[in-house]
Amino acid sequence: MNFGFTEEQNLLKEQVQRFMKEACPMTRVREITANETPFDQALWQQAAELGWLGLTIPENYGGLGLKWIDLIVVLEAAAEGLCPLPIASHALASTAILHCASQDQKSRWLPAMASGEAVVTIGLYDEANWIAAEAVTAKATVDGDTVTLHGKKPFVNDALAADYMLLAVQGPNGLALAAVGSDQVKVTAQPTIDSTKPMARVDIDGVQITTADLLAISPEQLAFLTDCGGVATTAEMVGAGAAILEMTSGYAKDRIQFGKPIGQYQGVKHRLADMFVDLESYRSLCYFAAWAVDDSPQELAKAVSMAKGYASDAFAQIGIDGVGLHGAIGFTADYDAQLYLKRSKWARPMYGDSDYHMDRIATLGGL
Amino acid sequence: MDFDYTPQEQSFREEVRGFIAEHLPPKEQRDKNFLATWLEKVRAKGWVGFAWPKEFGGSDGGLMEQAILKEEMSLAKAPPLGTSMMGLAWVGPGIMEYGTEEQKQKFIPDILDSKVTWCTGYSEPNHGSDLAAIQCKAELKGDHYVVNGQKIWTTGAPWSQWIILLTRTDFNVTSKHDGITCFLVPMDAPGVEVRPIQNMAGDKHFAEIFFTDVQVPVENRLGAEGEGWKVTVSALANERSSIGEVTQLQAKLDDLKTLVKNSKRQGKPAADDPNVRRTVAKFEVKIAAMKYNGLRYLTKQIKGEPLTSETSVNKLHRASLEIEMDDFAIELSGQAGLQLKGGEEAVDGGTWSKGALNWPNVVIGGGTPNIQRNIIAERILGQPKD
Repeated sequence: MNFGFTEEQNLLKEQVQRFMKEACPMTRVREITANETPFDQALWQQAAELGWLGLTIPENYGGLGLKWIDLIVVLEAAAEGLCPLPIASHALASTAILHCASQDQKSRWLPAMASGEAVVTIGLYDEANWIAAEAVTAKATVDGDTVTLHGKKPFVNDALAADYMLLAVQGPNGLALAAVGSDQVKVTAQPTIDSTKPMARVDIDGVQITTADLLAISPEQLAFLTDCGGVATTAEMVGAGAAILEMTSGYAKDRIQFGKPIGQYQGVKHRLADMFVDLESYRSLCYFAAWAVDDSPQELAKAVSMAKGYASDAFAQIGIDGVGLHGAIGFTADYDAQLYLKRSKWARPMYGDSDYHMDRIATLGGL
Repeated sequence: MDFDYTPQEQSFREEVRGFIAEHLPPKEQRDKNFLATWLEKVRAKGWVGFAWPKEFGGSDGGLMEQAILKEEMSLAKAPPLGTSMMGLAWVGPGIMEYGTEEQKQKFIPDILDSKVTWCTGYSEPNHGSDLAAIQCKAELKGDHYVVNGQKIWTTGAPWSQWIILLTRTDFNVTSKHDGITCFLVPMDAPGVEVRPIQNMAGDKHFAEIFFTDVQVPVENRLGAEGEGWKVTVSALANERSSIGEVTQLQAKLDDLKTLVKNSKRQGKPAADDPNVRRTVAKFEVKIAAMKYNGLRYLTKQIKGEPLTSETSVNKLHRASLEIEMDDFAIELSGQAGLQLKGGEEAVDGGTWSKGALNWPNVVIGGGTPNIQRNIIAERILGQPKD
């Protein structure tokens, strides 16, 4: 029994934190996300050279062959600075390929993903607030070797940055992921609350690919990928939550009102303590869920629901209080606190809101 | 990260389970000597004061083994490992750290043998959360101190034989943390008067204690004069993140789920009600958070990384869970939920209604939730003190 990170994992965390501080500080994050294509190729390449893009890809495909527990170290630390690189989407796509693709498909796609040469994202559900196989409404029809795609994917994260995307469709033999190049589809950016998490609609109606670019997936695999997405999102909520707590706690020590630091008032310090309690708790639940991805998959569903179910509401409140305790400066655009509040709103419904997860816990717990 | 137990940890767990299977008969088969026999057996096994150094009669048990022992005992709903609760929790560790050789000889064996029950004289009528401001006075007169003052809400005072008593020996200090001195006092000393206080659940677990010219020999002072605050702080630091609490809460959650499955709301199964499902799931998540927080802090301790006050996190969770679970069960049971033990419609023998009245035992003793929040904000987040 050892519920702690290794020396290597701690070093990895420091490496990512250093990268965020030196190469991708908040000024750079703001620049990147203001671009029409909110992506920075040079930073992406650096992340690739540091090995982060192939962390969970096996060594024979050019990756590091590590586990999700290592991946979340990167996701958490990157989210402390609201890193806008599509590392989570890319990792989720590579997990999908590892678990669902054929040998040939893995050899074709994974090396380019590990090296960062190809940016890949994944789009699962087409219904805004429904996690189930039926919530995939885009379709694929097959004629010989030719696959024709129908409909649209209204909610694809990081589609603007992606070179390729794996899009869930209902095929003639059940669910599948269609691998398409971004030049084959029409990607339309959508304005959303959190510009560090760009979202787009992807039109696929009439797009043709071959069966070699289609991965059959079972409903269980779809659920597994959704749970992995939940782990990734929660890890980012840990990092972003820690950052806004630190920012708010620091402000409370410095800001003098009525002759003393506002952190001396229990109305403020107790809120900070509650933020810490919640953050610590979903942090522990998140680490366990990330461990379960590779080492105890039978526990994953419940572990993810606990982590994401807790974090969804708790981080939302941390975001609100983080901004709220700052007062007016908190919602000033030039000040960074508000960016974390926006992230908390983005993260809340992603891969299941707390209602979804709490109900699943009740079911898995025997009710 | 590895949630599997090592072979040594696993074999220790087996040993504990084996012991329980052999020595813990089902409730209905226990005779009146059962507890005494049990205490003798666990004492002989070295499991009373399991973490204490061997020279004092403990087992030098490691942190993980302590956690496993507590977890298994709690799962089996076994009687405690020793009945001198406060003796084992902080009086004993305090004596081992600050006591004289004579004090160690005199007090430690009786604590391990469950012969002596201790209570803790901290709170006073005007000083509860603000513990360091105590006023109970001790004056040195020759070879003894004379104690005058009052303690209150002293848990276990009605049946304890000894008290660890915090007094003020110096009133001319700039910091209230100075001038405090700690004593070990027999409850039957002349001038000690105990008046039990009934709590809202109808129990008399705590009391007020009046000290009138009580003579305490110098050799009963624990630590140096004026060093009492240090002794107290280090004693309270002996509280550990406890996995045992989590196991108890899990058992309570299981009972609650059973109740839910057997209950109806507006004529429909309660288990289908989204609010009921969400509430129960929230309890389950919080308990899991306590478990994994506890394991994370335990790992830190085993690695030798100092904990600041992270255990306050779980104390806050526990504080809210204790009251919310009982209240929820009562609400779910409607008017039957209100009935106490003996009531014709009482639910689960009145466990929930009793629990709803008893929660302050758990929640307020050892620091109120707001004190825990102060501790987190000040010691972990570095906020200025009030």
